[in-house]
Amino acid sequence: MSVFTLKVNGVTHAVDVDPTTPLLYVLSDDLALRGPKFGCGLSQCGACTVNIKGRAVRSCVTPVSTLDGSEITTLEGLGSPENPHPLQKAFIDEQAMQCGFCINGVIMTAKALVDRTPNPTDAQIKQAMATVLCRCAAHQRIFQAIRRYAQSNPTRRTA
Amino acid sequence: MTRPATTTLSADARAALATAGFSRRDFLKRSGALIVTFSAAGVASEFGLAPGLVSAQGINGNPSTELDSWIAIAADGRVTAYTGKCEFGQGLFTAQTQLIAEELSVPLDRVTLVQCDTALTPDQGTTSGAQSHPANFNTANLALAGATAREALVRLAATRLGVPAGQLTARDGAVSVTGDPTRGVSYGDLVGGKKFEVRLDRNAKRKHPSTWTVLGTPVKRLDIPALATGRFEFVHNVRVPGMLHGRVVRPPSVGANLVSVDESSVRGMPGLVKVVVKKNFIGVVAEKPWQAVQAAAKLKVSWSAGSGLPARRTFHDHMRQSPVRDGFTVNSGDVDARLASAARVVKATYLYPYQMHASIATACAVADVQGEKVTVWSASQAVHPLRNTTAMLLGIPPAGVRIIFTMGPGCYGVNGADTVSYDAALMSQAVGKPVRVQLMRKDEMAWENYGLAFVVDQRVALDAEGTIVAWDYEGWSPTRGGRPGGNAPGNVVTGYLAGFAPQAFTPRTPAPPPQGGFDNGSNTAPSYVTGCVGTECGGCGVVKSERVLNHTVESPFFTGPLRSPARLQNTFAHECFMDEIAASLKADPVEYRLRHLRDPRLRTVLAAAAKAAAWDTRPSPRPAARRTGVVRGRGVACVLYEGDNGYCANVTELEVNQDTGVISVKRCVVAMDSGPISNPDGLRNQVEGGTLQGVSRTLLEEVTWDANRVTSVDWRSYRPLYLGADVPVVESVLINQTDVAAMGAGETAVTVAAAAIGNAFFDATGVRLREIPFTPERVKAALQQRQS
Repeated sequence: MSVFTLKVNGVTHAVDVDPTTPLLYVLSDDLALRGPKFGCGLSQCGACTVNIKGRAVRSCVTPVSTLDGSEITTLEGLGSPENPHPLQKAFIDEQAMQCGFCINGVIMTAKALVDRTPNPTDAQIKQAMATVLCRCAAHQRIFQAIRRYAQSNPTRRTA
Repeated sequence: MTRPATTTLSADARAALATAGFSRRDFLKRSGALIVTFSAAGVASEFGLAPGLVSAQGINGNPSTELDSWIAIAADGRVTAYTGKCEFGQGLFTAQTQLIAEELSVPLDRVTLVQCDTALTPDQGTTSGAQSHPANFNTANLALAGATAREALVRLAATRLGVPAGQLTARDGAVSVTGDPTRGVSYGDLVGGKKFEVRLDRNAKRKHPSTWTVLGTPVKRLDIPALATGRFEFVHNVRVPGMLHGRVVRPPSVGANLVSVDESSVRGMPGLVKVVVKKNFIGVVAEKPWQAVQAAAKLKVSWSAGSGLPARRTFHDHMRQSPVRDGFTVNSGDVDARLASAARVVKATYLYPYQMHASIATACAVADVQGEKVTVWSASQAVHPLRNTTAMLLGIPPAGVRIIFTMGPGCYGVNGADTVSYDAALMSQAVGKPVRVQLMRKDEMAWENYGLAFVVDQRVALDAEGTIVAWDYEGWSPTRGGRPGGNAPGNVVTGYLAGFAPQAFTPRTPAPPPQGGFDNGSNTAPSYVTGCVGTECGGCGVVKSERVLNHTVESPFFTGPLRSPARLQNTFAHECFMDEIAASLKADPVEYRLRHLRDPRLRTVLAAAAKAAAWDTRPSPRPAARRTGVVRGRGVACVLYEGDNGYCANVTELEVNQDTGVISVKRCVVAMDSGPISNPDGLRNQVEGGTLQGVSRTLLEEVTWDANRVTSVDWRSYRPLYLGADVPVVESVLINQTDVAAMGAGETAVTVAAAAIGNAFFDATGVRLREIPFTPERVKAALQQRQS
């Protein structure tokens, strides 16, 4: 066991865990967060995605030992049901999910894309989302929600 | 609404557990004042409940005279409704909340819906088979309870206001004099501090859909804000004090038996609590989840060799050669004679693979077993049946077992939710503490209850005009286990490993004559036959000479319902075959179908899809198509789902790259008639998701195995439609029928997708694909045959 310091959604936590523990286990078990999810544990589906330094990172295969001192944003760090982030609001407005289990990975991957590429083409959206799985097949609405957010993104307007 | 109801439910449920034991009546004493109830005794079938399940509940210590509550209205005017049909991402939680708000004339935010908790909600069997709308949205069950409650409140108001009930209107949580809203009384005031117990009134009158203001409107899903912001409590997020974490160790091969477990291989690992062994079941319990994962991976276990598996390449032939259990859906007795005297006979064989539910989340459950008192948080579709089988598994009476539904991922049928509930219960029983178990990806995918493989032989007799005069269907499909139901824990892997046998397979041939009416619940019969059994004819079509014979064979793998079970497979075979017949006659596929259909609603959805898609009326294949490069085609398919539960037609347009063998589906126009529409946007979401999942199953999905074990155990070896895939635009055409019964809609659209794609492929290329999935390799092989 070793102590690691993580800044998650703006709050600093010290966790005492096995250094090989994947970040996902720390977030969902030690910090009781509900956003990042275990889908496969193999970095194949995206359900565990978090944002670190603007990148979409798959927390199920990222050992916590490689992240000491990192700042991590999870789905709940973007907004709340009362005050959702505009990207989350786009998903609510478009009703862009069914069971919703994949949606953490969908939104966190899309967030990293639009932060990096404020005015993405459909091809860029598709490429960024290529390795994210939605098993209920809400593809159509998911892309509509991402487009809706990208088009209303203030960064885009100034770009 | 800021917190999802499942969260509220868990908190309530815990409070109820702590203060009121297991009785739902005790719970209601605290929360309700006007309560609509029914007695389970004698009314099970009348109100559309599964009688076997209700009686099973009675037998196992839950007195059948007990009153189950449907709706409670509190003194503050809040409405709590109890339902045995639950949310799996299909939007049912919101639709049922709309239903209650509508029937009770209260604002949506005044309704709390409690779903699927054996201590609180009525036993409505399993949430499956697109049966929730038929069960709860017509003139029984939840809808009837709503109407009963509203009428009871109006009667109370009539007394209070001294005005005849006929002159009163219920609106916005109050009853007032029609035309004079100033003379009224709120529900809260009517109920006051008193207790009213109202029996479910089968004559209570539902509101007509033409008067709906909440139901029938595109109310946004109540759970989506919490889902989109990471606040929603899935079963994976349930945390109880003192909870430990378990992982399973499954056998390496199908049929392998445990020889020995070397506990010294994990001794001293940090956090390890116990290695749990029961016959062939092995679980590892630790303080933290990652510790359990590591210990399960490190545990040395010796297994016997497996029983071996039939070769995958020839599995469809293997089914034909296996012992069979036979059944007729219909048999007019004259099919052989008609075939012998036909102007022409057309025949073809269709093949379908095993497929998986392959939920996005691996299954998870939390169980707390304290002697004979058990609580399980489970994403099962069947909480009441699971209560019984969990008790069987643990060797305790069911009376002390409580199953609390907490949402899991979209399950599409019997995924791992039941089996992982058993895993958690066995481990918790062994350690005496609450245990949370989540399966690893391979544990789930290698041991699922797979959707059915199929072989279908089709033959028709045509007369000189090209009209079908006889239809002969013969199909083979495998079975092993299935839903555990109320008494068969061995129907899923954990129960089986722990020593329970799957439901026995008993060969039976020849099939007895069909009886008890035409039951096309598996869509074994095509839409084009009359479906006459005895004097009743329940089919959608005109073909009178009809024989539909199904052979069930023993499966090497567990099987179970997967979204549109058997119906998707059969509809693929029927609707592609219908297309083949039309093509052989140079007839337009829509017109040729209409020639053989008499059901007006099926004709209407077919025509509606064709119209919306601007159907190009002509025979298939498309004339003068090139034999290289990209070609385009269109195809159609239609069905009456389960023979009585939702009409659907799909017109698909696609492109085929004949050089790479890749099919790219471009557009699906899907017309749907499932009766009065509860929530048009929710229905569209189901049509879109069902259609795209159908594309995934048609083009990509297949369970694979070697001589001993399943080899499709992750998302590389079982690869569904990712977000990066080419997906079609899905356009839904919703036909709102307000004067008929509500039907299901969750499994309808997926049912027609495969055939529409197969038919569009034929239209584009002139080549018929008869085996799912339509992989590039299979496409190229088929195209090569054409060229030779």
